[in-house]
Amino acid sequence: MTGSSSGAPAARPFGRVPAMFRTLLTSIRQGLPAIFSVAAALAAWEIYVRVSGISALVLPAPSRVVSQIADNRELLWANTWPTLQATLTGFAFSLSLAFTLSVLIDFVPKLRRALFPVFVISQTLPLVAIAPLVVLWFGFGLTPKILLVALVTFFPMLIALVDGYESTEPEIEALLASMGASRAGIFRRARLPSAMPYFFAGLRISITYAVVAAIFAEYVGARAGLGIVILNAKNSFRPDLMLAAVVISSALTLALFGATALMQWIVLGWRQAGAGR
Amino acid sequence: MSALELSNIGLSFGGTPVLDDVSMHVAQGEFVSILGPSGCGKSSLLRLLTGALTPGRGEIRVGGAPLDGSPRAFAFMPQRDALMPWRRIIDNVILGLEIQGMGRAEARAKVRPLFATFGLDGFEHRYPAQLSGGMRQRAALMRTILQDRPVQLLDEPFGALDALTRAEMQRWLEHRWRDARWTTILVTHDVREAVALSDRIYVLSPRPARIIAEFEVPDRRPRLGRTLSPEAVRLEAELLDTLLTQTGDRS
Ligand SMILES: Nc1ncnc2c1ncn2[C@@H]1O[C@H](COP(=O)(O)OP(=O)(O)OP(=O)(O)O)[C@@H](O)[C@H]1O
Ligand SMILES: [Mg+2]
Repeated sequence: MTGSSSGAPAARPFGRVPAMFRTLLTSIRQGLPAIFSVAAALAAWEIYVRVSGISALVLPAPSRVVSQIADNRELLWANTWPTLQATLTGFAFSLSLAFTLSVLIDFVPKLRRALFPVFVISQTLPLVAIAPLVVLWFGFGLTPKILLVALVTFFPMLIALVDGYESTEPEIEALLASMGASRAGIFRRARLPSAMPYFFAGLRISITYAVVAAIFAEYVGARAGLGIVILNAKNSFRPDLMLAAVVISSALTLALFGATALMQWIVLGWRQAGAGR
Repeated sequence: MSALELSNIGLSFGGTPVLDDVSMHVAQGEFVSILGPSGCGKSSLLRLLTGALTPGRGEIRVGGAPLDGSPRAFAFMPQRDALMPWRRIIDNVILGLEIQGMGRAEARAKVRPLFATFGLDGFEHRYPAQLSGGMRQRAALMRTILQDRPVQLLDEPFGALDALTRAEMQRWLEHRWRDARWTTILVTHDVREAVALSDRIYVLSPRPARIIAEFEVPDRRPRLGRTLSPEAVRLEAELLDTLLTQTGDRS
């Protein structure tokens, strides 16, 4: 029952926690080259700024950006929160919509042909033009941000889910049908789990789009947010503060990306188990 | 009385006839193999029984009653193992019980003692990807048997295995079958496998499939791991000959 005699890590439920640290250590070790190249680029930038004596109004050195983050931490923090809120609410809205619609499409395939062209067209709209219009129609509140985040992330998530359902092995469906499972039972037991790897692939990409869309929506019209910090810094010729806000928004994106990766690691534990054989 | 009786079954996909007048019967506790060339309609025949397809013509009777409306009589093992990669072996194996409405905990408790019989002791909580090909097939077979249906339908269960594992699995199945006497239909295109395991063998023609021959296997069991009787050896040669020439005038 324990499976310990043959030493399989995934056979024990408690095997997962040390395994997680091992995964973490491995990824840090694998990340070293990346850390090194980023550090080298930053160093080159710093040296160039110092040697050339270029004005900080044109190109601030990385050290200056860091000190700006430190000096303006309260401003940045106060404006990160609205951006995070807009991103998460918009993304949650987009996800629930995509999921609901994906299920409908799975059960009523005709809907796919009716709706997909509309969604494809929605993806062709340039955000630069749409964002001001949405702000014009819905004001400076949370609504236009939610809508713009959804506009950018909804369709990729829908595609990921619908394609994911389609990836279900036909033999598994035939098996379930032979056991007497209903269409809904087949969806729940086979199609939905089969779509999970696709879902997470879509999630990882979409969450990064979501942050960018939220910041852009703020840039076009908002009371607060990283987009507003960037806009104000631009208007007062402060590239150092702009870059400080950019660093924060990158950090925010990376944190959200990491959260989805962690979620994937928890939900798709069976994939690591297979790979570890 | 036959556990299963097919009379004059016809089936086509669109305009293409796949099965052309197939009649066969299987007795209680009998092991029957269906041999036929690739693409002749063997899997389709099984899909008629599981209800995934309906015949264009003919009648299927299970235990004397027509197929439609009767409680499900068949446990089906698909051509590939069809284990769900996201479920642990124990949860794959109880799938049928779950769909029959049994709770997970109860189903797990019920199947746990059977893992040793299927040579899967200690692998209950592994994922399918962590098992060897032979073990996966045994898990799939276990999932089939556990549904506790009157007739087992096995679609080329060992087709994807390497020769050695396949031989091992055939021996294992022969041994298990001698104890349990599951009423079984085995689809295969391995002549030796059919002769080793079956009471009777039906041979199908290429598409559209008809039954071109029916053989009783003369030898006593167990047949694997010893030299076959001269009659069985002759049967093997004759089956191969029938499959290769497909003249179809034997029965
Ligand atoms: N859903 C379908 N629609 C149209 N044609 C089909 C369908 N399913 C099977 N066929 C065709 O019917 C024929 C029989 O298929 P089937 O899978 O029953 O063959 P088989 O004897 O099991 O072959 P194999 O030994 O390769 O598994 C094949 O020619 C196949 O192309
Ligand atoms: Mg087949």
